Amino acid sequence: MDIPYTVEIRRDTGLTNGKIGIWLFLASEVMLFGALFASYILIRTGAPSWPHGSTILNVPLATFNTIVLIGSSVTMVMAWASLMRQNFGKFRLYMGATILLGFVFLIVKYFEYSAKFEHHLYPSTNNFLAIYFTLTGLHMLHVAGGMAVNAYFWGPGAKQWKTNPVWFTNRVEHSGLFWHFVDLVWIFLFPTLYLL
Amino acid sequence: MSSEHAIDDQHAVESHHVDIDKQVKIYLTVFVTLMALTIITVAISYLHLPTPMAITVALFVALVKGSLVACYFMHLIAEKKLIYAVLLVTVAFFVVLLALPVLTVSDGYWIHEEHPAAAPAESGAHH
Repeated sequence: MDIPYTVEIRRDTGLTNGKIGIWLFLASEVMLFGALFASYILIRTGAPSWPHGSTILNVPLATFNTIVLIGSSVTMVMAWASLMRQNFGKFRLYMGATILLGFVFLIVKYFEYSAKFEHHLYPSTNNFLAIYFTLTGLHMLHVAGGMAVNAYFWGPGAKQWKTNPVWFTNRVEHSGLFWHFVDLVWIFLFPTLYLL
Repeated sequence: MSSEHAIDDQHAVESHHVDIDKQVKIYLTVFVTLMALTIITVAISYLHLPTPMAITVALFVALVKGSLVACYFMHLIAEKKLIYAVLLVTVAFFVVLLALPVLTVSDGYWIHEEHPAAAPAESGAHH
């Protein structure tokens, strides 16, 4: 049995089922990260003193990662725009760049985490590091998850372009919505953890 | 008749391409703006503003950046009403979620004001 309304628009919602599905999922993600941001506020306001992020964390590396993630959001939206222009070659190029930039982000985070561990700074060291590792760790899992989906559409999943190009374009758009959400979360994490 | 349809289809495809071309230009403008705002955010942090001011400025810039991503990359600037409705409910719950810690803090002050003698007894109990 085929999944309904993957290509054609539902009259009652004005949307495809995939579109409404991804937005409902993103709504749940907002609450997940919202709970952690609320925890951060609770812990920080309750602490007698709180370190400035830049005294413990590496701001230049995080700034570089911010630029990488914003760049990946642009390549992601360009991948979708390439499919809308019926240019599959460009899609492959932009989607590949998005996956590559995701890798760069994770590699930089690996070096950041390694530096902390070398200095014996662990989540158990203090509340600041506990919330830092929790928030950035969860965010990294989201980056990895988004990369896996993007890699599927870049590789084996791309076969669908030949059989059902409109559905494939819609799926890439939905994957892009998740990727932009991951970028959006980082846009708030960066100043909250590193600059304040 | 069929040639007329073919011409109409051709026009539809061309206008569709023009729309996408316009959007691509917007994406690139947003990208440059986001880069500039990132540099501004970091630059402001080196000014060592008082903490409340620093939090306000940093979160305001982050809010502008986030809005640009949501409006243009996530196409929220021209989305269907149902998506807006879902997001409205989400934002309402999100605000409540973030307000909870603030309420907890204010509740703490209220307890101290009402029962000033209770605080030392409580702290003694922990030791």
